[in-house]
Amino acid sequence: MTNHTVVAYDQELKELAGRIAEMGGMAEGLVADAIGALVRGDTGLAQRVILSDARLDRLQRTVEEQAITIIARRQPMASDLRQIFVAMRVSGDLERVGDLAKSIAKRVIAMGGQVQVKSIVIGVEHLADIALEQLKAVLDAFTARDVEAAMAVRERDEQIDALYTSLFRELLTYMMEDPRNITFCTHLLFCAKNIERMGDHATNVAEAVAYMVTGEVVSDDRPKVNDAEQMKLEGDA
Amino acid sequence: MSLEDTPEEIATPAPAVGRISARAVLFTLVAVALAVAAITLYAVPVWAAVTVVVLLVALGFFARSGEEPARRRPASAARAGGRRRPWPDLGVKIVVEAIDEPCIVVDAGGAVRWFNREAASRVPTLKRGDPLSFAIRVTALLDAVDTVVALGRSETIEWLDKVPTERWSQAHFAPLYVPPNAADGDRPPDFVMIRIEDLTEARRLERMRADFVANASHELRTPLAAVTGFIETLQGPARDDARARERFLAVMAEQTARMKRLIDDLLSLSRVEMRAHLRPEARVDLCEVLSHVVDLVGPAARAQEARVEFSGCDAPRAVRGDRDELIQVFTNLVENAVKYGGDRIEITARDEGGHVAVAVRDHGDGIDPVHLPRLTERFYRAHAETSGAKRGTGLGLAIVKHIVNRHGGRLDIVSRLGEGSTFTVVLDRWGGGEVNKKQ
Repeated sequence: MTNHTVVAYDQELKELAGRIAEMGGMAEGLVADAIGALVRGDTGLAQRVILSDARLDRLQRTVEEQAITIIARRQPMASDLRQIFVAMRVSGDLERVGDLAKSIAKRVIAMGGQVQVKSIVIGVEHLADIALEQLKAVLDAFTARDVEAAMAVRERDEQIDALYTSLFRELLTYMMEDPRNITFCTHLLFCAKNIERMGDHATNVAEAVAYMVTGEVVSDDRPKVNDAEQMKLEGDA
Repeated sequence: MSLEDTPEEIATPAPAVGRISARAVLFTLVAVALAVAAITLYAVPVWAAVTVVVLLVALGFFARSGEEPARRRPASAARAGGRRRPWPDLGVKIVVEAIDEPCIVVDAGGAVRWFNREAASRVPTLKRGDPLSFAIRVTALLDAVDTVVALGRSETIEWLDKVPTERWSQAHFAPLYVPPNAADGDRPPDFVMIRIEDLTEARRLERMRADFVANASHELRTPLAAVTGFIETLQGPARDDARARERFLAVMAEQTARMKRLIDDLLSLSRVEMRAHLRPEARVDLCEVLSHVVDLVGPAARAQEARVEFSGCDAPRAVRGDRDELIQVFTNLVENAVKYGGDRIEITARDEGGHVAVAVRDHGDGIDPVHLPRLTERFYRAHAETSGAKRGTGLGLAIVKHIVNRHGGRLDIVSRLGEGSTFTVVLDRWGGGEVNKKQ
């Protein structure tokens, strides 16, 4: 980052990036807590997740206000403008991650904290672990402005997709085995889907980081697990 | 890192002083020049000219000292507009350096101002001048900084990092006042000192017990139920049936052996997890480890009529690791290969950049790709039907994964149905770089 003649401008940009990192930390925390609540059936923790999501939303509004103020006062160009634009976009993605965590927490409460099939919850936890790793890696890439690391996150998203497909299959088996499992398994399926979406948001952030640093939009040639095949699987079942 | 080294100094007083005294000198010169001109051109009495000059110069100095308060307000200015932020003085720096735990000093605005070597190695992304949230994104920690600034009292928090390995930490926050006077008690602190303590060991110990009990009781229930069932049958209906007794006793022996293996595996998994956050530092010759493993697995392989081929070890290959744990990694991998892998197993060691890669390849049925991402989960079995019969505990690969993680290494699994699987372990060469530096 080149320095500006007006030191305060630099500081405003840095503060904005700091807020994004703060949002990132909060989103990471919400996801970890929501999954912890799911695994342990801790409805109290789930309640807290639901309450703290509001804070993430507030922080997002602050980021937007700050970004608008900087644009209005400094008339940013080129890389500064990209940085501000990306901050707004990333804050949106992180806010969505928080919402997804909240939705998992709500399901934990709906399930009444009862964990019926332990092994499948371990599967969901594993999925969440990968999603959290992705989130952490992409946020680190954001603060370090590291395009290479961001692109690595983008490449790894297929791991999450593959794992999700595998979980989907397993949950279906449980549902077919015993109809009493259906309620529980459906809740878990939605949780897994939410986690898979978090992975997509991490990918979005990765692309935004690349755009912020290079100024080029990432082309859409990501090696993807066959979408159609996955759809077919979901359709078949 | 030298103590005098303060990059990006924002509010340096030195140039300001320079500018002002230059102005004062200029002012004096002009006054003297005017006085000389007045004396020569207008015949003004010398004493009057001197008096005016002295007055003017005095005025100049007065104006200079009038600017002084403006320069002395960086701390409050920092809180007001985030414009001027102070740097900790030498005393603060020396104390921070002397603390043998990670220690960070941030200013009232939450920007990192100073940190010691321990903090740099614990949080490599720390940078002076950056917001603290760049390096540590823990919400509770950032909140605590705000609380300490607002209330001026110390604070202690605890948090858990889940990625890359579980790690519990405790942070102590203390407000710092520079200079440390208590004259006006309402002054907000200039800095907050954060001291981070690692609680992982203690917490793990607590958790390990709970996890062990939960896992062990769950997994032991099935074999135990089988054994109990057989005992009841032997006590009742089959009391005098010699042939059934023979058969049942064999099954019971098998089940109890399985329970024993389960307990062994659970114990070693717990042990590895215990130390997951500590990198092993010893020098280990991987080739010696591998030939040891080949000897260990030899009998089992011969019983299955499998051939073990071992190559790539003409010279020793030193890695950074823990010998016993590495033996366990390769024993588990080769045992798996013997169990599920057909008649030929190849073990190959090779260099890969600054790392050593060991591939264990089998020629068995291979693993369905849907199972690959989940193979290393504890108690996950790809072939649920056959795995039990083949004496698997479902923990072997979980142990491998944990040990490899602890070594900062990588486990790659490639498998095709009908063609067999390859498990590759990549480890740091002794004296080489880190495998997972960029994940």
